[in-house]
Amino acid sequence: MTAEGSAKHETEHSTEYGTEHKTTYREALREALRDALRADDRVFLMGEDVGRYGGCFGVSLGLLEEFGPERIRDTPLSESAFVGAGIGAALAGMRPIVEIMTVNFSLLALDQILNNAATLLHMSGGQLPVPLVIRMTTGAGRQLAAQHSHSLEGWYAHIPGIRVLAPATIEDARHMLAAALADPDPVLIFEHGALYNASGELHPDARIPDLDRAVVRRAGTDITLITYGGSLPKTLAAAEELAVAGVSAEVVDLRTLRPLDDTTVMESVARTHRAVVVDEAWRSGSLAAEVSARITEQAFYDLDAPVERVCSAEVPIPYARQLEEAALPGTAGIVAAARRVAGPTWSAADGGRSPSDGDGRVS
Amino acid sequence: MSSTRTARQHGPDRRTKAGRQAAHRQDLLHAMLRIRRFEERCVELYSAARIRGFVHLYIGEEAVAVGVNEALTDEDAVVSTYREHGHALARGIPADAVMAEMFGKATGCSHGRGGSMHLFDAERRFYGGNAIVGGGLPLAAGLALADRMTGRSRVTCCFFGDGAVAEGEFHETANLAALWGLPLLLVCENNLYAMGTALERAQAQTDLAMRASSYGMVAWAVDGMDVEAVESAARRAVEGIRAGTGPHFLEIRTYRFRAHSMYDPDRYRDKAEIERWRERDPVALLTDRMRAAAELSGARLEELEGRVTEEIEHAVEAADRAPAEPVEHLLHHVTSGPPRQERDEGVGTP
Amino acid sequence: MAEFTMPSLGADMDEGLLQEWLVAVGDQVHKGDAIAVVETDKAAIEVECFEDGTVGRLLVEPGTRVPVGTSLAVIETGVAPAPAPAPASAPVAVAETETETGTKAEVSSAPDADGRQPPAEPAPAHRPLPVGTAPPREAVAVGPLVRHLAEQKHLDLAGIRGTGRGGRVTRRDVERATATHPRVRVTPYARRLAGELHVDLAQVRGSGELGAVRAVDVRAAARTGPTVLPAPGPPTAAAPPSPTRAPAAAAHAAVPKPEPFRTRPATASPAPVGEDRTAAMRKAIAALMARSKREIPHYYLSTTVDLDTALTWLHTHNNACPVAERLLPAAPLLKAAALAARQVPELNGFWTDGHFEPGDGVHLGVAVSLRGGGLLTPVLHGADTLGLPALMAALKDLAVRARTGRLRGSELTGATLTVTSLVEQGVETVFGVIHPPQVALVGFGAVTDRPCAVNGLLGVRPMVTATLAADHRASDGAVGARYLTTLNRLLQHPEEL
Repeated sequence: MTAEGSAKHETEHSTEYGTEHKTTYREALREALRDALRADDRVFLMGEDVGRYGGCFGVSLGLLEEFGPERIRDTPLSESAFVGAGIGAALAGMRPIVEIMTVNFSLLALDQILNNAATLLHMSGGQLPVPLVIRMTTGAGRQLAAQHSHSLEGWYAHIPGIRVLAPATIEDARHMLAAALADPDPVLIFEHGALYNASGELHPDARIPDLDRAVVRRAGTDITLITYGGSLPKTLAAAEELAVAGVSAEVVDLRTLRPLDDTTVMESVARTHRAVVVDEAWRSGSLAAEVSARITEQAFYDLDAPVERVCSAEVPIPYARQLEEAALPGTAGIVAAARRVAGPTWSAADGGRSPSDGDGRVS
Repeated sequence: MSSTRTARQHGPDRRTKAGRQAAHRQDLLHAMLRIRRFEERCVELYSAARIRGFVHLYIGEEAVAVGVNEALTDEDAVVSTYREHGHALARGIPADAVMAEMFGKATGCSHGRGGSMHLFDAERRFYGGNAIVGGGLPLAAGLALADRMTGRSRVTCCFFGDGAVAEGEFHETANLAALWGLPLLLVCENNLYAMGTALERAQAQTDLAMRASSYGMVAWAVDGMDVEAVESAARRAVEGIRAGTGPHFLEIRTYRFRAHSMYDPDRYRDKAEIERWRERDPVALLTDRMRAAAELSGARLEELEGRVTEEIEHAVEAADRAPAEPVEHLLHHVTSGPPRQERDEGVGTP
Repeated sequence: MAEFTMPSLGADMDEGLLQEWLVAVGDQVHKGDAIAVVETDKAAIEVECFEDGTVGRLLVEPGTRVPVGTSLAVIETGVAPAPAPAPASAPVAVAETETETGTKAEVSSAPDADGRQPPAEPAPAHRPLPVGTAPPREAVAVGPLVRHLAEQKHLDLAGIRGTGRGGRVTRRDVERATATHPRVRVTPYARRLAGELHVDLAQVRGSGELGAVRAVDVRAAARTGPTVLPAPGPPTAAAPPSPTRAPAAAAHAAVPKPEPFRTRPATASPAPVGEDRTAAMRKAIAALMARSKREIPHYYLSTTVDLDTALTWLHTHNNACPVAERLLPAAPLLKAAALAARQVPELNGFWTDGHFEPGDGVHLGVAVSLRGGGLLTPVLHGADTLGLPALMAALKDLAVRARTGRLRGSELTGATLTVTSLVEQGVETVFGVIHPPQVALVGFGAVTDRPCAVNGLLGVRPMVTATLAADHRASDGAVGARYLTTLNRLLQHPEEL
């Protein structure tokens, strides 16, 4: 179990954007942890290498010094035990934040997450809420191969009784934790590994997000691209390319994978009449499948084209760069899918009017 | 505990040492009889299809729940298994609430969500009712961790079977608890069978206490058919835990007289073996001991039995009369707050 | 242009009986399509055509026996020319007569000379039909083959809208109804849009994958006009209600009519269709109202009606009723208006050809304003014969469907008198504009508590101002006054309504 990738190494690759008040996704997460630990004595962070190492991905670097080993608690490599301990501590009035190195390792704690965290409230007839937050890294893109790269958040989104979050922006990385801690029920936060070094301006007036709402990250009229987490930057880049090609794409960041915000998705589809779902997980039985099914259930008569999905190839994520890249959704694939769904830009019968003309303006 | 309190109103003179011993033994006997008769009634009700699902009977193991419970206070926490009627009743969950839960009624201690395997009572710090073998252990460690971190002197007691010692979660938890010195009492009810597989056929080292001690915690084995031996061992362990010496492990050697779950063909064990263990029936053992010490008259036993019968019959009648948990409440308690009327919560597509 | 002739269906066949047309004039046909059923000595056989094109004319009536080789129909094979602007003269009027009355009498003489395609799907046959034209649907014989097909597919023929001659159900209608193999790939949104814009999908060329019709194609088709279907439901514009007993067609043709948007000249500059539709309705209302005010010398009367008795009765009645069956004040008002019209028949009917024609019953048009603007006047047929609960139910039903665009054609035609009620709009008095060719319009304002003299004392009573706008060509003030006093009297005896 080595999910290496030190903070120092990764920082070197960070993309430069703004010059002042710039922060990274990683720092935003750390600041959120720091805030939470300062605000509430019941909050503590527990997980493998969160203390002296500073977190496998450097998220908790420096917190041990500030909060001490009781509250920045290194655990043995016992996912089931320390996740279960988080549940027990939550039952006894604490507000634990449990870090699991990667989603692949979370499978070792799946019993505790599903059979206890998600279930106790219901099984006890409402007596035992579990105010637990579990953070973990998900996703590929760093040549970490088939046991450190998968996107299994969709599995978790299958489970009633828990909330599943996927912060895709620096703002959400900074502010979702507080909302998660305020939730009386278990919340799983999936941090995409490729986002840790994302840098940018943190709007000082960004506020704690409404965890029941997806967000339209870019408005458009011709097609809705629905995505979350690590695929958001790729999808936004695809929208940019599509704009050049004359297709106006709206980008919806699901942000909360459970419960899904159907309203935002359906409202967008009702405007654009076309949808592509971008999800780094495998296609079969994926969250993308769920979103697509809901669109056909709830917005069938709004659809002007079949819903398409852009997902990872159905293969354990390989090591070699070119293989890994080929396995993952990329901007080009998203653009291609969107263009298929948008159809010919002009209708033969239409005398050269783009599909955006008039579309979404009736009724 | 409340279960034994009623018995204390009558009975021997508690001002003398002998009287106190006699009175205490009557309390223990009463507590064991409640569990025994409750479960015998469950067999009847199950056969009459009034109770459904899996029902795992504790008959033969009553001394463990009753003896250990004597060492705990109301402040302490209990995490249990799917064979937990005895733990729940000993802990003081009213028989009415337990029976109603078996009936799937709204008045059940889990509002009909749990059934026999998932009894809960937050007020009495009874945390289930865990039907994943070993699954309660990490949770118990967390309850203990919270007490440790907040400086409370409470103890968390976790019951589990010999089968759980083969699970990774036992070893992860034993290590974590010992490493962090958690106030955790690990009570292994070794009834020699993990469902139908004998301990020696499943585990390379059958001395469970020894295995636990390898994690650096205090551990010993106890005769689980003798309620007084269990009580005394539990008291020692809890004292040690409260004194800050970290988790303790008790391997309590016991035996279930009945099938793993309600009825099974018992192909995996000898009738003769069952008979041998029955000779050490914990209820009979204590009764005999009390009779020999002239601490229990026939009339007194009859009185205890009468009270137990009355309590159980009341529980059955109350459960029978109780309202069913309405189907409209299906989605309650999935998340806190009002149920989400959403497709993803299954509304309209059960 | 090609001829479709009576085929020889066997060496021994020298004549055949044309049993049924499976197509109507204007239908697109393709090589191999079955277009008629011919009965030979042995069996009824569906016969196919050998051309792609449009059915131009049907030359032989069903039931006619003709020799092999006789020309049965004309198939236009040329590429359909670009739609010409709809001339404002006779052909348009004829086309409108079709769509509004459902008659197929003129079909065989449809204006094909200029290549303009008549509506591909005729209006539903259950619209009122002018006397002397095609019989009502129920009377149309469904061919045995079609009946057999429907039975096989467990289809209720009564529920199918026929597109054959005289509203006949054709084989294609049955196939369309069963829709086991849709001929056209259409996206769900495009299909929905086609319904809203009355576009015949069969004639839309799809630009999507494998020729799928997308929304953009439907919009394009809607803009170009000729493939647009007559509204299967309500006419989208407030078309002049046609009388049940229709005046002569010539009179119709002579009357300038508002132009329903679906026959809008195709040369009109393309505009977003949603706006178009509202604009078209506005235009139709404008034309109708302008015509009314231009042609009809209105006179106006009003009276104030004490509703105390009626409302007290209503209250008592409602208390004894389940909520769903409770009556609104509109019910007695409309019923009284209808009964008064029966008693004063001079105001119930039409002004046509320079004279008044009384209605054959009291069919109340009820003005319903639409949320998106505009108004429709669905008709309560035989309103004078309906009990209050039935009238209430019918009214609710019509209002809801009017606002959701689900009215049937028959429910928009045949009004003999229109009532406009602004009871809910908070105004006291409404002086309406008569819907030609009707001769009167009754208006009700809001019911308000007003001071009035009651038995020589000042009392406060719920009052409503009832108004009458009437056509001075058809009646005089005395008649109008009689109507209003009758109305007032009726409302004082609600139990008799």
